[in-house]
Amino acid sequence: MPDFTRPKALIDIPTHYCPGCTHGIIHRLVAEVIDEMGIEGDTIGVCPVGCSVLEYFYFGCDMMQASHGRSPAVATGIKRAHPDKFVFTYQGDGDLAAIGTGETVHAAARGENITIIFVNNTTYGMTGGQMAPTTLPGQITQTTPYGRNIKTEGYPIRICEMLSQLDGVAYAERTSVHDPKSVLATKKAIRKGFEVQKNKQGFSIIEILSTCPTNWGMSPMKAIERLKSDMLPYYPLGIYKEAGI
Amino acid sequence: MEKVLMKGNEALAEAAIRAGCKCFFGYPITPQNEIGAYLAKRMPKTGGVFLQAESEIGAINMVYGCAGSGVRCMTSSSSPGISLKTEGISYIAGADLPCVIVNVQRGGPGLGSIQPSQADYWQSTRAIGHGDIRVPVLAPSSVQEMVDMTKKAFSIAEEYLTPVMILADGVLGQMMEPVSFDNFEESDARVSEPPWAASGHGFSRPHNIINSLYLEPIELENVIKERFERYEKIKEKETGAVYEKDAEIVVVAYGSTARVVRSAVDMARENGINAGGFRPLTLFPFPEKQLRDACKNARKVLVVEMSMGQMVDDVKLALECKLPVEFFGRTGGFVPNPEEIFNKITEIKEGL
Repeated sequence: MPDFTRPKALIDIPTHYCPGCTHGIIHRLVAEVIDEMGIEGDTIGVCPVGCSVLEYFYFGCDMMQASHGRSPAVATGIKRAHPDKFVFTYQGDGDLAAIGTGETVHAAARGENITIIFVNNTTYGMTGGQMAPTTLPGQITQTTPYGRNIKTEGYPIRICEMLSQLDGVAYAERTSVHDPKSVLATKKAIRKGFEVQKNKQGFSIIEILSTCPTNWGMSPMKAIERLKSDMLPYYPLGIYKEAGI
Repeated sequence: MEKVLMKGNEALAEAAIRAGCKCFFGYPITPQNEIGAYLAKRMPKTGGVFLQAESEIGAINMVYGCAGSGVRCMTSSSSPGISLKTEGISYIAGADLPCVIVNVQRGGPGLGSIQPSQADYWQSTRAIGHGDIRVPVLAPSSVQEMVDMTKKAFSIAEEYLTPVMILADGVLGQMMEPVSFDNFEESDARVSEPPWAASGHGFSRPHNIINSLYLEPIELENVIKERFERYEKIKEKETGAVYEKDAEIVVVAYGSTARVVRSAVDMARENGINAGGFRPLTLFPFPEKQLRDACKNARKVLVVEMSMGQMVDDVKLALECKLPVEFFGRTGGFVPNPEEIFNKITEIKEGL
């Protein structure tokens, strides 16, 4: 059993995340993969607008902060200029699946050789818990105070299912971080995404189901329970695309 | 000096390659499509990148990423497309990244027209993105200047760490003239990566962060103040205009309109009117000192634009209301003809 220490690719400062938020786990997993592959010096990360906007303070690799939703385009610009470097984006559901849908879909369609870490917690965390494109039917948020009504607000978007239809996507997997087993599976998926990039196979995305105790108005434990009971049935875990790895 | 006959848009594209531009990201829009078409053919053969983005928003953000990773890059568009790019331009300016943005102006507002226009003067010089920013704006008036100013734009961008705009129009983009590329050298290629670039630290330096977010007001204020000091240096060193001195009536115009004004001023002179032309080469910074110099003996100033009158504001500001300023403009895609400008000059002369 190796020592449980901070990954080198994660800078030793406290994060601003709320208690019980799963961003910390996901940051750690990305950093562990970067360490294990020994690629921190060759990696450029792109921060979104959203709760993880400040992650440039946390990741030790070079970082760029993108405008809301544009991370896949920013990553494209970096990757085309530096095809041999590793480029990843880290985006929330509002960033990736609402304002940045166009950038996401077209980076995927082009088979842009980047890795996207997509954190789906079914809400806009930073702005105080509004409806996201992934908010579940009936879910109460600041802008759906009576619950998301599919007749007026429509349906949630299942990103992995949607993107798996595109030929440019080499790898798409949905994972979760609600228990140790799913955390380990998530790390494996992130590693696979970076390996796909290393092998220049094209676009990879790992969608990670995540909690937001603060905006869900729940304790961290209750939030984990909600992820399991409400999110897992709507967002089934699994590999949606794996092209010749 | 060897000259070749080229379209303005294509000449600008070739100039970008010769100026060391490695990546171009764009989206089709008339009347600038020849820039993308030319670079799609040439970039792969020169080891560069041409990428047609999903939108102007995508393209400008690719420029942000590319510029932030330390590689010389450019995008081009026309008026409605530039509106879409303004978000990205604000981020690029806010992160102090060098790049070149070309606007081959067409009629507006909205979808407007595909005919030439100069109705984006205010947008370029005042509102090219949200926040406390200015962007240097170069105004070519010939195909040769499309070439020369492209080189100049990259050098200003990298010296002062700012996006730079080339504000052309449909006439300049579409017209053909003989041009020379003698002005370019091998050294125009960027030799080493800038120290601030986010391109992988290789464990040889602290990590670089490309960012425009400052949550502490004092930090943001200091960053903006430093940026405005750079704008002052640009004002000092890069402002340009060509003009005649000692005219009684000074006629101010930029871009393709200045060519028509040239003919009108010549007609006026042939008719014994002491008129002179004033043509800004930079719109931001506006050549205020040069204009005051040109107006030393002037009694009236006429501004001609392909708009309802936008640069005329800067002319009045530069002259501090010490001289009467008149305006003549055509808009909606019309290029004014020399006769109508000449008639306006004559009318002004008669009223003196």
